[in-house]
Amino acid sequence: MIHFAEKSTVDFVIVGGGGAGAIVAKELSENGFQVVVLEQGPYLHERDFEHDELKFKDIWEPPGIGQEALTNDHTLQPNTFRKSESEKAVIAPFVQYGKCIGGGTVHFTGNYWRFHEVDFQERSRWGEVGGAALADWPITYAELEPYYTKAEWDLGVSGLAGASPFDPRRSKPYPLPPLQVKSSGVLLERGARKLGWHPFPAPMAILSQPYKQRSACKHCGFCDQFGCEWGAKSSTLAAIIPAAEKTGRCEIRTSAYARKVSTDARGRVDGVIYLDARKREHFQRAKAVVVCCNGAETPRLLLMSKSSLFPQGLANSSGLVGKFFMVDLGSVCLGTFEHPLNEHKGVRVTRVVHDFYDSDPKRGFFGGGGIDARFEFYPISFALNGLPPGAPRWGAGFKKALTENFTRTVTILTHNTCLPVMSNSISLDPEVKDAWGLPALRVTYKFHPDDARTLKFLSERSMELLDAAGAVQKWALPIDDVTAAGHLLGTCRMGACPQHSVVDKYNRSHDVPNLFIVDGSSFVTSGRNQPTCTIQALAYRAADHMIRAAKSGNI
Amino acid sequence: MKETGASRRQFLVGSATGLSAAWLELRWPSILAAEAHARQAAGSGRATFEFFSSEQATEVEAMAAQIIPSNETSGARDARVIYFIDRALTSFDRDKQKLYVQGLQDLATSVRKQFPCRQWFSDLPSEQQIQILATMEHSEFFELVRLHTIMGFLANPNYGGNRDEVGWKAIGFENRMFFDPPFGYYDEEYRKKQDR
Repeated sequence: MIHFAEKSTVDFVIVGGGGAGAIVAKELSENGFQVVVLEQGPYLHERDFEHDELKFKDIWEPPGIGQEALTNDHTLQPNTFRKSESEKAVIAPFVQYGKCIGGGTVHFTGNYWRFHEVDFQERSRWGEVGGAALADWPITYAELEPYYTKAEWDLGVSGLAGASPFDPRRSKPYPLPPLQVKSSGVLLERGARKLGWHPFPAPMAILSQPYKQRSACKHCGFCDQFGCEWGAKSSTLAAIIPAAEKTGRCEIRTSAYARKVSTDARGRVDGVIYLDARKREHFQRAKAVVVCCNGAETPRLLLMSKSSLFPQGLANSSGLVGKFFMVDLGSVCLGTFEHPLNEHKGVRVTRVVHDFYDSDPKRGFFGGGGIDARFEFYPISFALNGLPPGAPRWGAGFKKALTENFTRTVTILTHNTCLPVMSNSISLDPEVKDAWGLPALRVTYKFHPDDARTLKFLSERSMELLDAAGAVQKWALPIDDVTAAGHLLGTCRMGACPQHSVVDKYNRSHDVPNLFIVDGSSFVTSGRNQPTCTIQALAYRAADHMIRAAKSGNI
Repeated sequence: MKETGASRRQFLVGSATGLSAAWLELRWPSILAAEAHARQAAGSGRATFEFFSSEQATEVEAMAAQIIPSNETSGARDARVIYFIDRALTSFDRDKQKLYVQGLQDLATSVRKQFPCRQWFSDLPSEQQIQILATMEHSEFFELVRLHTIMGFLANPNYGGNRDEVGWKAIGFENRMFFDPPFGYYDEEYRKKQDR
């Protein structure tokens, strides 16, 4: 394995070896560049993963062990949270993200939806939304399409092209056929058809057949929140990192916690200062830096990287680093059915509905989303959170509900738009520090009224769907204020104008020509809460641009 | 190929000297301790309590047996949830020891108050146990015993409870490394229709 001396200046340092960073690392190293990936988490492998809910699943309500094996650990890196800028933020575990090589793609469910055309043109299609900063992306679906295709074929995605009448144009089918339908998928399909909707096989970043020397899914059921023990989930850990390392030009450095992107006297970045597992400081020099830390940690790192040349934080002449923070919004309804579904077997999602994807003026508010059917639980989390309202909490009645419902319960989950709002933000907490003495990540978030309306609207559709599918019992979880989130987006907005955005259409900083920001932070609008496919398509596109620019001396 | 967990556990402990050593040291010591503890107890062939006295264990086990009773299917007692709880209190939930000590004292007080001729909760007939628990079901102590009972019933058997996977069997969960379709009733029906 290659190791670059710290004194040497490598071509690129990539901060964050997750869903985006790993792709950029592979593309750059395969094209001859020397790359160091700094990852704050560990480098785990298939053999490290287990069917062990106590160890891996984040189920602690009330908090129990709280060991976050694959995600960020709030005891070491506290967040603070407030709903508005006038409040003082208090310590609360708000953001969740993957913290290991592969990032969130290690523990994700594998939903792999492309954006539709509308996702790039919300502002021009809908107009203005009061209290929100709706804007078009500086790129269109057509411009990103080749990179969606590249992502699907490089990573390995299962699905059925043309199955959804709402799907955007695609240049190539999916590389693999859809995964085996489960009972949740059958019931969703049955209910949706009865209602005149158009269910289709879920596009999933999980292999339905062997692909590129990787094993097909064996339906063990431990996808969501777990690492795949078969390597069948198309995480960047399984599908991308091995190729990057194989080049001999890509070094993966773990337990490397970046605290500052360093700049020279000319205002160009010249490397990254980071702390190792023993909190010793290091400086890796590089000709260019790619920040891929996610929509929360990326703005935090940029804000921590302020200097006399960049007093507002790096790449922040617009003042927009950290602004327009968007999160995963979705409603949850549950139902029980007469016969066993055994949803603990197999991948999480096998059928999806996109009939309410687009906003519709007839609804009277902005927003839309997709619907899927799944089982969100494992045994312990089901016993704690999966029973119908009013079910006894202990005793013979509790046990009866538990034993009767575990195999018969399904969740209808929706995936909604989240409006970009200027005051929703990531910033540095002025008081609270993390275990390394760095400023804690401060979240300011309150959802836009139209987001609440969208949640309610799709929750109602989910209840109709459960009825149409023949549920014996159904219930909707209340639509509460957001107090925790994944899918962290929007905080380094992409745009043509340096006054109104942080990066250009190729994910390059407007302010600093050799700094790139490639992750969910460049999202202008949220899509429908399935960002991974688009984050990765953007990563391929940005890498392509970096390669061309570097080769022609334009970095 | 049914996963037993043993080889994976060994790997995990072994890998503390490998690549991710620093990380494991930081994050998982309590988990590893819990697993090592359970393994040691299993290996020695005798199950002993490290935290509870035998009287305390009997009381907590009686509570757990009311939270998830044994009836047509196995309950907390059959799953040996009490061993899970004992291990939890000497590893990842060490800081909950005081809550148990105090909670058991309070339990004894309310038993003597309501049933003056009885000393122990576990001596009471089932209906009276239920009566006592109903008066304390919103207390922090009861909530914790409930959480631990659920965990001990349904966690991986590595941790000392869920003996012979009886908890998983009771709810219909199978811990396997692979399944073949059909998975459930509705997809089986769907496939049959498509085959026709």
